[in-house]
Amino acid sequence: MSTDTRKSSTESEVSGLDYEETELKLGLPGGSRIGGSEPERKRGFAETVDLSLGGETCATDLGDRSTDSSDGPVSGAGRPPAAKAQVVGWPPVRSFRKNALKSCTYVKVAVDGAPYLRKVDLEMYGGYQQLLTALEDMFSCFTVRNKRLVDPVNGTEYVPTYEDKDGDWMLVGDVPWKMFVASCKRLRLMKSSEAVDLAPRTPQGSTNTK
Amino acid sequence: MREERSDMSEDEDGGGGSAKSRGGGGAPPPFSDQVLENVLENVLQFLSSRGDRNAASLVCRSWYRAEAQTRRELFIGNCYAVSPRRATERFRRVRAVVLKGKPRFADFGLIPNNWGAHFHPWVCAMAAAYPWLEKICLKRMSVADGDLSLLAYSFPNFKELSLICCEGFSTAGLAVIAEKCRHLRVLDLIEDYLEDDEDEMSDWMSRFPETTTSLESLVFDCVGSAVNFEALEALVTRSPALRRLRVNHHVSVEQLRRLMALAPQLTHLGTGSFGSAAAAIPQGGNNVVDLVNTFAASKSLVCLSGFRDVAPQYLPAIYPVCANLTSLNFSFADISAEELNPVIRHCHNLQNFWVLDTVRDEGLQAVAATCKDLRELRVFPVDPTEDSEVSVSDVGLVAISEGCRKLRSILYFCQQMTNAAVVTMSKNCQDLVVFRLCIMGRHRPDHVTEEPMDEGFGAIVMNCKKLRRLSVSGLLTDKAFAYIGKYGKLVRTLSVAFAGNSDLALRYVLEGCTKLQKLEIRDSPFGDSALLAGLHHYYNMRFLWMSSCKLSVRGCNEVAQRLPHLVVEVIRDRDEDDDGEFVEKLYMYRSLAGPRTDAPPFVKIL
Repeated sequence: MSTDTRKSSTESEVSGLDYEETELKLGLPGGSRIGGSEPERKRGFAETVDLSLGGETCATDLGDRSTDSSDGPVSGAGRPPAAKAQVVGWPPVRSFRKNALKSCTYVKVAVDGAPYLRKVDLEMYGGYQQLLTALEDMFSCFTVRNKRLVDPVNGTEYVPTYEDKDGDWMLVGDVPWKMFVASCKRLRLMKSSEAVDLAPRTPQGSTNTK
Repeated sequence: MREERSDMSEDEDGGGGSAKSRGGGGAPPPFSDQVLENVLENVLQFLSSRGDRNAASLVCRSWYRAEAQTRRELFIGNCYAVSPRRATERFRRVRAVVLKGKPRFADFGLIPNNWGAHFHPWVCAMAAAYPWLEKICLKRMSVADGDLSLLAYSFPNFKELSLICCEGFSTAGLAVIAEKCRHLRVLDLIEDYLEDDEDEMSDWMSRFPETTTSLESLVFDCVGSAVNFEALEALVTRSPALRRLRVNHHVSVEQLRRLMALAPQLTHLGTGSFGSAAAAIPQGGNNVVDLVNTFAASKSLVCLSGFRDVAPQYLPAIYPVCANLTSLNFSFADISAEELNPVIRHCHNLQNFWVLDTVRDEGLQAVAATCKDLRELRVFPVDPTEDSEVSVSDVGLVAISEGCRKLRSILYFCQQMTNAAVVTMSKNCQDLVVFRLCIMGRHRPDHVTEEPMDEGFGAIVMNCKKLRRLSVSGLLTDKAFAYIGKYGKLVRTLSVAFAGNSDLALRYVLEGCTKLQKLEIRDSPFGDSALLAGLHHYYNMRFLWMSSCKLSVRGCNEVAQRLPHLVVEVIRDRDEDDDGEFVEKLYMYRSLAGPRTDAPPFVKIL
């Protein structure tokens, strides 16, 4: 799954907090990662506009409209703006459906020893650092230290782990962020004492909860 | 799933709307005429079709009165076409009301909030006029908790409430309904948007009467907040008449199993998440076995939906019921063709199938191979953006057309299509009544020939002689509309987006489609002269919507002046100035009520 990032992960351990560096980059190391890290090349907005014959479809002010769902205040608050300008209400899919399908990026967060669950929308975060910060806010008893969450009261360390689509439990931070968002089904803050046999960067690692 | 209400979208409007007045009540008739009217009432009470009733009411005053006295179901296709007072004065003995509000493009964010379609004046009028009201069905209305409360207190015999694509209410309103409507049989919440504050949610599920209930249908899959599961379980236990249950995605598959065990008589089931609760640790294979047994015991199931977070390992559990299914909604289930195949293989009796394009053309081929009785297919995009990946295409469409010859209704979202495929469908599926093809990239031509999609849609209107509803997309020239105008003689509902070259296109449609009732157009180059070409027809239509076209205030004004019974609304986005000549959004509709008094500031009625 993510063996290519082995090198950069050790780097991130040193720096502590730069998860963005674990993202796959095409091209030479240190080069720009804007286009390169997109796994799929999608058809650009300009390309679709160019196809119109006789051009005057009054799309003059449409290209700048921001994205959808004026009637859906709940979803996607604080989402980063779409990379390409989308037209309001096109394609014609009801916001109920859009929200329902989108919410597969909502994942539950469980904390070992705590009886409650929280939910986070992974799409709201740009990378691992932001996610950790959000978790820190959410479970306000923790602080972040060395990419782990620590309960300062008793010093217990919690390691963020996640279950992926194959049902395997992995350490958070091993794969590029986008891949993580796509494959993460739920998060668990595991006591680091229990996480010892969750070897990092081993996709078929032992699973605690199968 | 809305197979019971599928005719909501291609409704029979009859001539001239349901509440058109022809002479009013007048003085009471002489005795012999009264006898005649009584006899007439006894006969007319058997008329159920709206069209027939409207026709009967036009015969003479006597028939008009008799029909008004015997009409039990009132259908108002546009809540602004008639005032509540007028409707309740004419029809005095109504037991069921269907009321529709906003135009369909409101679903896609094209209409600002607070535009209107308030249920409030209607519920007030009905509370006074129809104490014996039993059923209310609302679509695209703005419904407040206070309205639901008034409803619950005003109608002691109330039995059925259906809210479809409504907004403005919350679980607090549901709580009052649950508590006060002691004879409630149906509570169907379908794709509504509930206003719920995380901290102020109401435990409405606990408010149903504690005795045995008459509930037959409970649909709440659109409710965003979790319900009290124990209360739900208890409710199901004491609702022996329950046949339709659709739960929301907070209900896990383990919880679902418990509900199903309590209600083996269910015919329609919405499965909620169909995945495990995070806290529940799956007991290996046991859970699936239990689930299979539970489904096997549900011998009456004919309709399945839900599957919101479906865990593929649970899918085999539904095999026992597949052969009986007439309706299956997988349109929230992110599954592949490999995951679909073993399920669909068993679904020989399927008539309605909704699915996500994640199943790709291969998945559709599997459907075509098995579902020979398919009547309605809807393929939704998992990624509803213009530049998403190709997943279903002309290949899938052709496969469906070859395998499912009885197809009547199709909604198909795709990224690429060919004229040839659409032509093939037009020839194979002669029973098509509804053809809605959405090529998601705007102005996209036939991906093989690079031609416009004119010939494909032309073939549909030419060959599908029963066609009543059409949605077009892709690159289209005026020629496509010439075809539609020439051959689409039965078309009642037409949706147009990003299409056409000139006013001619709209003229063809307005002059040719004699049965046109509902026309919604966006982002197409049609201007005032095209708008004026429809003056002869607008009174026969329920509404016309045009947004981001080339209309001006002058042209719309002219229509408003020439047709005094038409309400012409110019809607602008909130930030825009009032004094532009350009009309961004036009919504016009015939009305006996005149310009509405509840229009918000961004709506100007000409």
